[in-house]
Amino acid sequence: MSAAEPGLTVALVGNPNTGKSTLFNALTGLRQRVGNYPGVTVARKSGQCDCGDGTKVELVDLPGLYSLSASSPDEQVVIDALSGHLADDRRPDAVVVVIDATNLLRNLFLASQLSELGLPVVLVLNQADVAAEQGVKINADLLSRRLGGVPVVLTSAWKGEGIAAVRRAIGEALRSRVRMPAVEWPALVEEALADVAAGVAADIGRAPGRADVERLLFDSTTSVGQRLGWEAPRREAVIRAARDKVRRAGYNPLAAEPLIHYERLRKLLEGVVQGGGNRTGGSAAVDQVLLHRVFGPIVFAGIMLGMFAAVFWLAKFPMQWISGGVDWLKAVVAPTLDGLPMLQSLVTDGMVGGVGAFLAFLPQILILFLFVSILEDSGYMARAAFIMDRLFSWCGLNGKSFVPMLSGFACAIPGLLSTRTIEDPKARLATAFAVPFMSCSARFPIYALMCAAFIGPVYGPGWESVVMVGMHCVGLLFAVPTAFVLTRFVLKVKPQPFVLELPRYQMPKPRDVLWRMWQNAAEFISKAGTVIFAITIIVWALSYFPRDPAVEQRIRATSVGVAPAAVDAQVQSAYVEQSWMGRFGKSVQPIFDPCGFDWKITVGVLASFPAREVIVSTLGVTYSVGEGAEADSQHLQQVMRAAKWTEGPRIGTPIFSLAAVLALMVFFALCSQCGPTVATLAQETGGWKWAAISFFYMTTLAWLMAVAVYQVVSRLT
Amino acid sequence: MTPLSQLLPGQYGKLSSLNPERSVDQRLMALGLLPGMVLKLVRKAPLGDPLAIEFAGQVVSLRLTEAQNILIDVAADCPIQRPRPQA
Repeated sequence: MSAAEPGLTVALVGNPNTGKSTLFNALTGLRQRVGNYPGVTVARKSGQCDCGDGTKVELVDLPGLYSLSASSPDEQVVIDALSGHLADDRRPDAVVVVIDATNLLRNLFLASQLSELGLPVVLVLNQADVAAEQGVKINADLLSRRLGGVPVVLTSAWKGEGIAAVRRAIGEALRSRVRMPAVEWPALVEEALADVAAGVAADIGRAPGRADVERLLFDSTTSVGQRLGWEAPRREAVIRAARDKVRRAGYNPLAAEPLIHYERLRKLLEGVVQGGGNRTGGSAAVDQVLLHRVFGPIVFAGIMLGMFAAVFWLAKFPMQWISGGVDWLKAVVAPTLDGLPMLQSLVTDGMVGGVGAFLAFLPQILILFLFVSILEDSGYMARAAFIMDRLFSWCGLNGKSFVPMLSGFACAIPGLLSTRTIEDPKARLATAFAVPFMSCSARFPIYALMCAAFIGPVYGPGWESVVMVGMHCVGLLFAVPTAFVLTRFVLKVKPQPFVLELPRYQMPKPRDVLWRMWQNAAEFISKAGTVIFAITIIVWALSYFPRDPAVEQRIRATSVGVAPAAVDAQVQSAYVEQSWMGRFGKSVQPIFDPCGFDWKITVGVLASFPAREVIVSTLGVTYSVGEGAEADSQHLQQVMRAAKWTEGPRIGTPIFSLAAVLALMVFFALCSQCGPTVATLAQETGGWKWAAISFFYMTTLAWLMAVAVYQVVSRLT
Repeated sequence: MTPLSQLLPGQYGKLSSLNPERSVDQRLMALGLLPGMVLKLVRKAPLGDPLAIEFAGQVVSLRLTEAQNILIDVAADCPIQRPRPQA
């Protein structure tokens, strides 16, 4: 990628909640590229930044972090990127450290650690306007002088103030290459660092970077040793001896780094910062209400209800426009290919349908990310996690799992994309695993059809609603234990402590919100979209071929005097029956026999793997009602009620017995029947492994539970 | 000395000890929470867990289990609050 390009690279780093993304958007003017770092699900954002004098540099926005002691994949990426250890990335030529001007001391800790990298540095003291409002006076010149002349710029990225000065400072840093003076370690600590460096050099034959040596000495969980290829037994001996030396200097080796850095920074900031007594005042007042024991949960429930209603209901309108547009396109294209039925079907049902299949997700993605971006940028997301954490922590998830799981009840796709807000990789993966279990709106049609056709007429509307609500709970019932087992016994990743900053409340910037909505949608289209398109074409081919015209001629010849629509429906049904999909469905029907499914239901189940909502229209085709059947189709309901087994031990009994109806619904509640979900899961977990595990786990579980329900209920009734 | 998990909302005191072996304590140190610093339990979440603590001009949330081993010298001039009866 960037390695092939000539020119300079500048990295943007900083603590979370410093307005780093706002600054990045302001500096690059949205000329950005978004990708992924290889092998990890950490987004790589980069863009072109003008240094004010026509010089263009590539600005890379690295994930926000508090310290270089890496524990999450995001943090590891920052360390690897800054030391030039990422496969596709060059080491940056300079680093811009974004600092929250209202909390200089804590933010400078990261900058102080970064000074060990030996890279030219620009310090951006962002949110300077907020600091000024709080009565904090910052002497930027004095700070710059004490840091060896490193450019220090005061900005307010939100208001667009100071952006030009940042551009000039980047240009200046690249020319003068002024570095921040490194920490002066106590003599014994310095010796310990030298010992580790010597140990590495002796064993791997090259001298390590200073920053790597510090990670080895000070961090108990660092993966730098593995990356350097430094063998464990030797490494442990050298590090143990070096840490003993740090202990002799009077420091706990694991606490030495923050203690020494913070001591340095306290001296550095003397006279630089003045005033600013009550820095958390305004937000504390808001929290009195938003985190109140009674009002807090009420406001939370209101916001979440609004979000859910928007994703579930509001998104329906643009989704209808999209499906209307797709139908219109089909109607326009179809006549032009009238003489070529195969091509006509490929273009209309396969290609146009395939594009429509992933475009249909866009409204929900955009609306959810409108909410997610506003919640995150305003600072409320952390509060939401604070309120909900207790309900999730016991099963290995955390408070941030709530939004993705709630969104899963509308659609799993935006829910999966929003798992990115979860920092802890273990909780993120477990949440991503749980989201597809939530009863999404695509499961509604089959529940509605089954309830309207079989539950309501026999047991009354009361039971109809009970079954409806019950089906929406089935997924949740299995998702929670799944997350528990996954985090407790399967994932061997160390759990992350749930230390979460409750940042100052801020007004979200519309440009940042819109930009984030668009980026998520664009990534979904470019990654998952292609997979969804391919799946649609494959399924189209499986249910279209082989297509022997003799089938149609035979039916048309024998059905004289029958209504043309009924004949067309019969022709379609016959074609599907002898297609690859139909043949496959018939041959695997014995597998679904213990669930009480006949071959027609089996074909419907198989055809629904790319998108579960097609079950209703597939049943319409296999039961010869014709294409385009909906859940409220009286005709389809009548035909299904009349359907009887024509062979086997259950001959003469209704196919849709109570047992089979419940088994079918439970199967759809649990089965992984959504190509886009599997594709998005792969996109969000960094490979097909977890997507495949999820697919097989959910599908097996669905089959087992459908068998259990059928076998138990059919014996009771 | 009182474990942070047993402080009442509004109470504050000096941090008397941290355990750098624990990843929670490492995180807090990176955020600038060092021995001797004053910290305050701002509130508990509506369900009693996690806690919100304030130190060095910032508010941070952490779980009860993570706060058990963080010891505080509660300041003598703390607002006196009767503990709410445990439900």
